[in-house]
Amino acid sequence: MPKLGADMTVGTVVAWTRQPGEFVRRGDIVAQVDTDKGVIDIEVFATGVLEQILVLPGQTVPVGTPLATIRETGAPEERVPGAWAGPPPAEAGVAPQAPQAPPPPLPPPASAFGAGAVARAGHQPAASMAQPEPPGGMPVSAQGPPAAPARLRISPSARELARALGVDPAAVQGTGRGGAITREDIQRAAAQRAGALGRPRAEEAAAAGQPSAGAPATQQPAPGPSQAGPAQVAPPQLPPPQVAPPQAGPPQAGAPPTAAESPLAAAPMARGVQLPAEERAARMRQSIAAAMSRSKREIPHYYLGTTIDLHRAVTWLAAENERRTVTQRLLYGALLIKATALALRDFPELNGFYMDGRYKPNEAIHVGVAVSLRLGGLIAPALHHTDRLDLSTLMERLRGLVQRVRGGSLRGSELADPTITVTSLGEQGVELVLPVIYPPQVAIVGFGKVVERAWAVEGQVVVRPTITATLAADHRVSDGHRGALFLAAIDRLLQQPESL
Amino acid sequence: MKHDDLRQTVLRVLGEIAPEADLERLQPNVAFRQQLDLDSMDFLNFVIALHEATQVEIPERDYWRLASLDGCVEYLAQRLSARQQ
Repeated sequence: MPKLGADMTVGTVVAWTRQPGEFVRRGDIVAQVDTDKGVIDIEVFATGVLEQILVLPGQTVPVGTPLATIRETGAPEERVPGAWAGPPPAEAGVAPQAPQAPPPPLPPPASAFGAGAVARAGHQPAASMAQPEPPGGMPVSAQGPPAAPARLRISPSARELARALGVDPAAVQGTGRGGAITREDIQRAAAQRAGALGRPRAEEAAAAGQPSAGAPATQQPAPGPSQAGPAQVAPPQLPPPQVAPPQAGPPQAGAPPTAAESPLAAAPMARGVQLPAEERAARMRQSIAAAMSRSKREIPHYYLGTTIDLHRAVTWLAAENERRTVTQRLLYGALLIKATALALRDFPELNGFYMDGRYKPNEAIHVGVAVSLRLGGLIAPALHHTDRLDLSTLMERLRGLVQRVRGGSLRGSELADPTITVTSLGEQGVELVLPVIYPPQVAIVGFGKVVERAWAVEGQVVVRPTITATLAADHRVSDGHRGALFLAAIDRLLQQPESL
Repeated sequence: MKHDDLRQTVLRVLGEIAPEADLERLQPNVAFRQQLDLDSMDFLNFVIALHEATQVEIPERDYWRLASLDGCVEYLAQRLSARQQ
């Protein structure tokens, strides 16, 4: 179950769109998952045969639970007991007894690739939710197979935390699955040492600065894996499914389907597991509350603003749109997004993620675009490689994105990995927005509505369309001086709209 | 297309873009934006849908004429009859 937002703790499989035994390619949509943000299409990150489906439609599982296994070409066949893998053998219970099949403890080297595919997110620390899967980038095994069997059993996330807190993992007693060292173990060790040294506890917590820690704990009823990485979550402690059981169709735990009726046959009617609109809206409110509370609690924001003359951009845009058919026309919002993305190339301290107590800049620029929903709430999915898209393509993607947000067919990768967010109030809004950073991102750029102002140009006062751009950025990572240069760079780029 | 047909077309397109809107209560001579929650992307999609439904090319400089239901009907009728002549 991929983490589709810093605040997501559980997700419900709505449907599998591919069957066991089918060949899937990296990027293919294989399933749909219901979250606070609506139904999201889930893509795979490996190419191979969809071997086993571990979580059936209607089941709610915590983030990190493997959903299925993919056997990459050449990999040995490996089966997870209790999983659905085509026509069920008589003895292998098709439906797991627990709400989900028990995830394999830690991927053994041989099966790591296979298990890593859809389940890849399962072996990823919770905190790395936004760590984007750069298209064509990170190998599936990045956090998979332990290099040597004798190695310490510790997740990358816990290892990083240990480094951040100056704890030697080798000296820590692991309490996780199979004796694995968890983040909590590291924190406990650090706290004990801090106690011994008389170091203030609060500082410890601040140093930990871990995005996943306790963020939703106060807002969300689900106990869930708020502290530990998913790899350490022991199934018996899982919360009961938070989501209302399916009204019809999809099999539930305890009611195993007969061999005759494939659990996947439930897929077409699986939309039935969706929540009513009010409940969905309430959950989205809750998830926004969790993310924004965490942002305000953890991120020392600083704010900058500047008013930009849009005369050239608007004039150029009008001439450009005159030449374009209605379906190809550009909105000025596309120019703002492109200018922001281009400016970011020189400001890596604004494009990345603050996780586990330190900042990781992200090479690729994936601008998240805040899209408000008609009945309240908002989602900020990513335009991938925004800086490399020409304006026509950017506009096309933006239109598609807004339509998918409002139509409820977003892809998981779009939700999970924006490296910065842009929020534009549009023409009907107000002049100034002081936005709140979406953790673990470290910056957000806001644009108010376009306003005509008296503007001084070469000693004359003229009327110009203007827009106020603001930046909220994370003071743990950058300072106002650099932030100011960044906003100035956006201004400069908007004065040359033809080169955007 | 008759005025009534055009009116129905505009309302249908509007209903697709703002499904939550109560179009029965829409005041035909008041701007959509004062009655509905439409942003620039919605408006662009509205214009695209009108274009697809009527095949009328709608240049950006004419957008202001599409601000209300009456305005849309009048504009589209005018463009369609100009095309027939």
